[in-house]
Amino acid sequence: MTPAPRSGERSEAEPPDVPGFRTWRGVYLFVLGWFVLVVVLLTVFTRIFS
Amino acid sequence: MNVADWVVLLGTIVGIAAYGSWRTRHVRSLNTYLRGDASTGWGTIGLSVMATQASAITYLSIPGQGFESGIGFVQNYFGLPLALIVVCAVFLPMYRRLNVYTAYEFLGQRFDEKTRLLGAGLFLLQRGLAAGVTIYAPAIIISTVLGWPLDLVIVLTGLLVIVYTVTGGSEAVALTHKWQMAVISAGMVTAMVVLLLRLPDGLGFTGAAHVAGALGKLQAVDFSLDPSERYTVWTGVFGGLFLSLSYFGTDQSQVQRYIGGASLREGRLGLMFNAVLKIPMQFVILLLGALLFVFYQFAPHPVFFNQAEWRRHAQDGRFRAIEAEHASAVAQSQSAIRAWLQARASDDTAREASARAAMVAASHRTQAIRAEAKAALVAADPRAKAKDSDYVFITFILTQLPHGAVGLLVAVMFAAALSSKASELAALGATTTIDFWRHFRPLATADEARNMRVARRFTALWGVFAVTFALFAGFAENLIEAINILGSIFYGVLLGLFLVAFFLRRVGGSAVFVAAVTAQALVIVMYFSLNIGYLWYNLIGCAACIAFSVALQAVLPPRARAAA
Repeated sequence: MTPAPRSGERSEAEPPDVPGFRTWRGVYLFVLGWFVLVVVLLTVFTRIFS
Repeated sequence: MNVADWVVLLGTIVGIAAYGSWRTRHVRSLNTYLRGDASTGWGTIGLSVMATQASAITYLSIPGQGFESGIGFVQNYFGLPLALIVVCAVFLPMYRRLNVYTAYEFLGQRFDEKTRLLGAGLFLLQRGLAAGVTIYAPAIIISTVLGWPLDLVIVLTGLLVIVYTVTGGSEAVALTHKWQMAVISAGMVTAMVVLLLRLPDGLGFTGAAHVAGALGKLQAVDFSLDPSERYTVWTGVFGGLFLSLSYFGTDQSQVQRYIGGASLREGRLGLMFNAVLKIPMQFVILLLGALLFVFYQFAPHPVFFNQAEWRRHAQDGRFRAIEAEHASAVAQSQSAIRAWLQARASDDTAREASARAAMVAASHRTQAIRAEAKAALVAADPRAKAKDSDYVFITFILTQLPHGAVGLLVAVMFAAALSSKASELAALGATTTIDFWRHFRPLATADEARNMRVARRFTALWGVFAVTFALFAGFAENLIEAINILGSIFYGVLLGLFLVAFFLRRVGGSAVFVAAVTAQALVIVMYFSLNIGYLWYNLIGCAACIAFSVALQAVLPPRARAAA
């Protein structure tokens, strides 16, 4: 049968345990920043080679 | 393919499948079978999510897309990192807290059983039909270029994936995904290195990139607001966000990849791994295609890359004339490129501009002859397959790579086909067992051994269905597009159901169920009465489902509202 809900699992309170990041919000902001950087780099790439 | 290629191909593909089956042969727990090993880490989850999304068509078609239209297609993935952040922050914690096997169980807990069955039914309808295509589409290409019987490729691929998926379920799928991704990565890096080594002396990566750029193949981003432009930053961010949210958040073949694992942290990091790597990965695959375009400016190549199709129809003198005209145009284009490279090095701006114009004109002429060849093919036989971009990369593999590497790259195609197929079968089996069989056999729910047997049988049954469908798929024209249309018709409403569940807490089961059925009917009526791009139905279905839910919840009588 479907197991009972996990009452003990920590969610937002659980730290990402990634060096340099204390919260998941920080991880998401990093990914967002990475995405912006990739778009900027692709724009520069387009300017250089097109 | 020689002995070395066969050893590499069979050693990797059969070896990985056998390893997956052997390692997971003792799986007896339904939880492990449907959600994978409870100690799975973020690396395995991340690779499994990536392997599920990238089918063989990704590695066959996307280099062809780069060759034909340039790398602008990369913008289609711009919404993916944003969608994965939403899935990490909202969808995944809820799935884990409720401890569900399938995404549709969440709908049952949030709303009611009928809404759960509706969501699961929409998934089975859409993914079940697509299951045949994920075997058929790569098999038709591989069998054409290698000269193997199509039915044999379909049956062998299908049997291999059925064996290990039925044996070890989700655990076998995740285990084999890791090794299949290793084969895929090694193969794609090998192809890129060989391509760079085969470029003409003195050209190198930078020179080739400048040629590709000058010929319009390296426009990665386009900020244009023109709605007629197919790929722009805006369509990528907004359309891609919407499609990725549907796919990663509500499609069980993806949800099953990340709801297991050791903890919420592992699932989240696995998804963030994809959010960071997906765009660069697609960029590199597209760049490979653009560099293939430059390579073939200097190397002899056929006017039409699907040579089997060309030989079948191109019988008379008109086709020989097109071939001769193409060879002459390629030679002129090559001279024009060399002249431009010399002019560019001379720092004479006027000379460079003039040489560039001549090079672009020569390239356009070559493209025009290719278009003429395709038109002639269709004129000779209206049923002829006039699209050859899917055959560009495989032609390069078979004609330019050394033995051993050819086997590795063919293994890449099979590994990609098996990895996406395995996730589909595991998801179809899980959804049929958990959301349908157990719903109609509630007393059997507690019997774990029986549940396991049923889950294995449903997984095998979906595998047999997919193989059978693929065997008869050749009778249908434009099959892939038909399946994409079908997906767009149902995906929107499915996402709408989940968005209402997550973000509109006041809407109840009856309101959302009626809204979803009405929205689905509306989409179907619109599809048959309007002539708009089918991707819009994703947005229309989702928006209609949400709007109708809110409206119905507001007008329902208080008693029904309370029951809802």
